[in-house]
Amino acid sequence: MTTIPYIDMLTVMIVFGIGLYTLLITRNLIKVVIALQILVKAGMIALVLAGRINGQVMTGQSIALTVIVADTIVAVIALALAVQVKKHHGTVDLSKLRNLKG
Amino acid sequence: MLNALIAAGIILCAIQAIRVKKLIAAALWLAGCSALTALMLYLLGAPEIAVIELSVGAGLVTVLFIFAINIIGDETPVRMPAIPPLVAWLLVILSFGTLAYLNLPLLEIEVPTLVTIPMAASSIWEDRALDVILQIVLIFAGVLGIINLISDNSSRESKA
Repeated sequence: MTTIPYIDMLTVMIVFGIGLYTLLITRNLIKVVIALQILVKAGMIALVLAGRINGQVMTGQSIALTVIVADTIVAVIALALAVQVKKHHGTVDLSKLRNLKG
Repeated sequence: MLNALIAAGIILCAIQAIRVKKLIAAALWLAGCSALTALMLYLLGAPEIAVIELSVGAGLVTVLFIFAINIIGDETPVRMPAIPPLVAWLLVILSFGTLAYLNLPLLEIEVPTLVTIPMAASSIWEDRALDVILQIVLIFAGVLGIINLISDNSSRESKA
């Protein structure tokens, strides 16, 4: 019995599009982190799916695990950064954070 | 059928996570998206990754989000975005088209049904030691980030 994972593939593409659109359009630092999380979820499903299609299930899962860890650390550091930015500048609006702009 | 329902749920949660104004609600929708992603990973034959995604993505990250939003406050910028929405849509359609162009030929490949559920733990410990070392380093970086998140350096600054 074989299954064609077109639903999973379509999910990857749509969720990737949603994450990318939010990343481009938003100005709130927290929303940027949420958009990154959504993007990475699409990538994670794609990695496991690619491993499944190529017959290298273990490799896909191992890399997906690394992606989960890296994504979590990115979220933690970005949230810490957002908290510090809020304390120092009083806002998390990216358009107002222009102190380093040349 | 179940796969389609889960896929629809993931897309709905992702759209709601970016659409809602309140950041707490966005974090909770993101947690729902993580939980459904874990279910999809389980159905794809990756139970260990699904468990880790459920505990880390839907659990730990959500707690951190709520903690950070509690400190920051539910501030929502109302200004117009830096990139015009039309350009953003064009870029999204471009990326969607690229992904479709690269992935659609794969639909002709027949995917074999998994006879036994593979356990990734042995592969991770034996074949991918570099990944494990990288993950340990990343976890230490994350611990430093959490310390930074929960530390109150206003008193330290007032002393200096």
